[in-house]
Amino acid sequence: MSTDNTITVKFFARLREELNTESLTVAAGSGLTAGRLLQDLAARGGNWAQLDGAQPVMIAVNQVMTKPDRELQPGDEVAFFPPVTGG
Amino acid sequence: MIRVQQQDFDPAEEYRALRDSGSGTGAIATFTGLVRDSGDLTGVTGLFLEHYPGMTEQVIEGLISDASKRWDVREARVIHRVGNLALGEQIVFVGVCSAHRGDAFAACEFIMDALKTSAPFWKKEITGDSEHWVEQKAADVNRSQSWE
Repeated sequence: MSTDNTITVKFFARLREELNTESLTVAAGSGLTAGRLLQDLAARGGNWAQLDGAQPVMIAVNQVMTKPDRELQPGDEVAFFPPVTGG
Repeated sequence: MIRVQQQDFDPAEEYRALRDSGSGTGAIATFTGLVRDSGDLTGVTGLFLEHYPGMTEQVIEGLISDASKRWDVREARVIHRVGNLALGEQIVFVGVCSAHRGDAFAACEFIMDALKTSAPFWKKEITGDSEHWVEQKAADVNRSQSWE
């Protein structure tokens, strides 16, 4: 199975629990940004709707924090999670 | 040296490792954080700690590197526990060796403050009959921003 044209999406903490999803894959597409991907996921409705700005969501691409306008490339690992609370 | 682990740690061992780490050390500052009984909820009996493997270590590595650019840091050790932790257990350790106390105190506090708002860890508070993902605190964000 080729994963060349996909993006891996991971969720953590409260989002992982409320979405009942640890990770999923989506097809990469030209011009797809992290923010656009969030909106697409929010459109699934139900608990996913909270991804549309109702709650703060942090974004990391390839394990580095980034902004919603970051364009996604095939093979990228995107993570969405609530503000961090360690220490 | 960065470790993310489930098991407990011994601050005395970490102190010894810092002390033995090299020449030129004139000061060691350490911080240990513990599970306390009240946070967002009262009557907390324990915590569950989740993290983003890989990114966590990378972020903390970056914080130590940032600290080393601002202060004299001969050696730094950061340990953060994950998984289930009971009341009073140790959560986090930060230790810094410097030539002088000012740099040791500042770098240790900076690493700890920045870790709280940038390293991908999440705490869930557990009480007798409920659980709750901890919300990020404005005071923590302010402390972290005060170093900028």
